[in-house]
This record gives sequence, structure tokens and C-alpha cells, in this order.
Amino acid sequence: MTITSVLTFSTDRSSVLIDARGPRFGAIITTVVLTAVLALQSLPLLIWQLGVFALGAFLSPQKTPYAFLYKKLVRPRLKGDVPTEDVRPPQFAQIVGFLFALGGTIALLLGNALVATIIIGFALAAAFLNAAFNFCLGCEMYLLIARFRGALKQRTNAEDSYNLPSL
Amino acid sequence: MQNYLPILLIFALATTYGLWYQSSRGRIKEKKSARPALTAHDVGEEFGSRATFVQFSSAFCTPCRATRALLTDITADLSDVKYIDIDAEKNLELVRKLDIRSTPTTLILNGAGQEIGRAVGAPKRAEILATLGAIR
Repeated sequence: MTITSVLTFSTDRSSVLIDARGPRFGAIITTVVLTAVLALQSLPLLIWQLGVFALGAFLSPQKTPYAFLYKKLVRPRLKGDVPTEDVRPPQFAQIVGFLFALGGTIALLLGNALVATIIIGFALAAAFLNAAFNFCLGCEMYLLIARFRGALKQRTNAEDSYNLPSL
Repeated sequence: MQNYLPILLIFALATTYGLWYQSSRGRIKEKKSARPALTAHDVGEEFGSRATFVQFSSAFCTPCRATRALLTDITADLSDVKYIDIDAEKNLELVRKLDIRSTPTTLILNGAGQEIGRAVGAPKRAEILATLGAIR
């Protein structure tokens, strides 16, 4: 799925379904890595995670090193039905993660440890919620964003008709 | 030590929210309103004579599929209960009017179209059946 079709929340019904356990496994590793980033205030580790988020956001959540680990080490050991989900919510989560990791990286580079901790803290909270409670940020945000965009569109339409030349 | 305090705080807050999130998802919250929440005109379909489930879904929501399967199954043999699935994104005005914030959200209407309860997230079969049984 291209990043633009995720970001425009295109409601294309031709969805790409993936193994839903992959992104959740990735969220577990992300939780561990971001915890280590905060504990050690480690810039290299944060840049690593930034790179992982970038792959997940711009390519696919199935193209990250964590997804590779899942495919090679975890999936062969799992039995039973494969739960599937659309690729867009996890990819949206990777985009949000990428933005927060980017903000955290910039803050650390500028030497502002407090701001970096707060920004990385949000990414850590989201990854942990996903890993532990199956919380899906994209799902929660989707309708709110659609409502917000709908309201904006309505306003511009209203302004457009207001600006129509009178006959 | 100063590095660990924020980490503890983040995990404590996230766990609190996560527990609330998990316990509230799918729960049917009772609602008592005298006015009909919806008319058949709003959804473009006739209501069931005893009850109607109105599910709001979005294109890529996984629990929406589970909810759809459950409600289709429950209503299949009941001639007086109807199930209507609405694409939230195509009906934003209705979504705003009913204050639907995430999908799936399922409204349970009585025969008069009054909302008697709603569930955010995939509802549980037993709870749906209990609510249905309470509607006369």
C-alpha cells in the first residue's frame, strides 16, 4: 500500500489483508527498543527505530526487520487460524511512530532531553498499548479524522457558494 | 535513576488507559431517550418491528467484520429484528448527529426507533442476546 493511499484514508474496498499477529509482534519489540532508548538516552538506538518506522511507513509494515523476525522465527511456530487485518491501520501506526521518532531524534540532537523523553514517551505508550491491549491507533483516529475533514470540506463548500457571483 | 521515573510513569498511564479501553470495548451502554434516534428515512431502510441493530462501519476496520458476522448470524432467524450496516464515511452527517466516534459502533433501536443502547467495539453475543430479550 502506498503511503499516500494510507494518508488520504482512501476507502478503497480492494484491501490488502495481512497476518494481524505480525504488527503486534513488531509492537512488542518496538516497546522494548523504545524503553531502552529512554533508559539509556541512546541516540543510535533511536535512529535504528526511526529507520524501522520509516520502512514500515513508506514501504509496508511487512518490510521491517521486526516483520522479518516474525516471519522467520515466530510464525512457523504458531498454529491455528491466521487472523487477518487490513494493512492500512498498522501502516498508519508506523507513520505516526516515524513522526514521533523523528521529533525525538531532533530533540536529542538539539540536546533537549526533556522534550525528547516526552515525544518518545508517546510513541512508547502507543506501541505498548498495541502490544499489550491490541489497541489500534489508526482505527481510533480514522473516523475522527474523516469527520474533521468532512467538516472542513463543508466549510470550504459553504465559503465557495458564498463567493459565487450573484446573477 | 532519573531515566527510569518517566518510563514507570508512561507504563502506569498506558496500562490504566489500556485496562479501561479493554473493559469498555464491546460493552452495551444503556441509553434512555424518548425521541426516536433515527427514522427509517435516515438509513433508507425499514426498521424491524421489535428491534433494529444499526452498525456503523469503516472500510478497513477489523472488528467491524467480526461484528457484521455476529449480528448477521443473530438476526438471521428473527423476522422481527433487523440488521442494518452503514458505511460511516459515506454518512458523515448522520455520524455527527449521533456522535459516533469510532467504528464499529452499534446502536440498538426498539420498535419505535428509539435508541436503547449502543456498543462501541465488537459486542459480545451474550450481551446482545440479553439486550434483545429485554425488548418486548
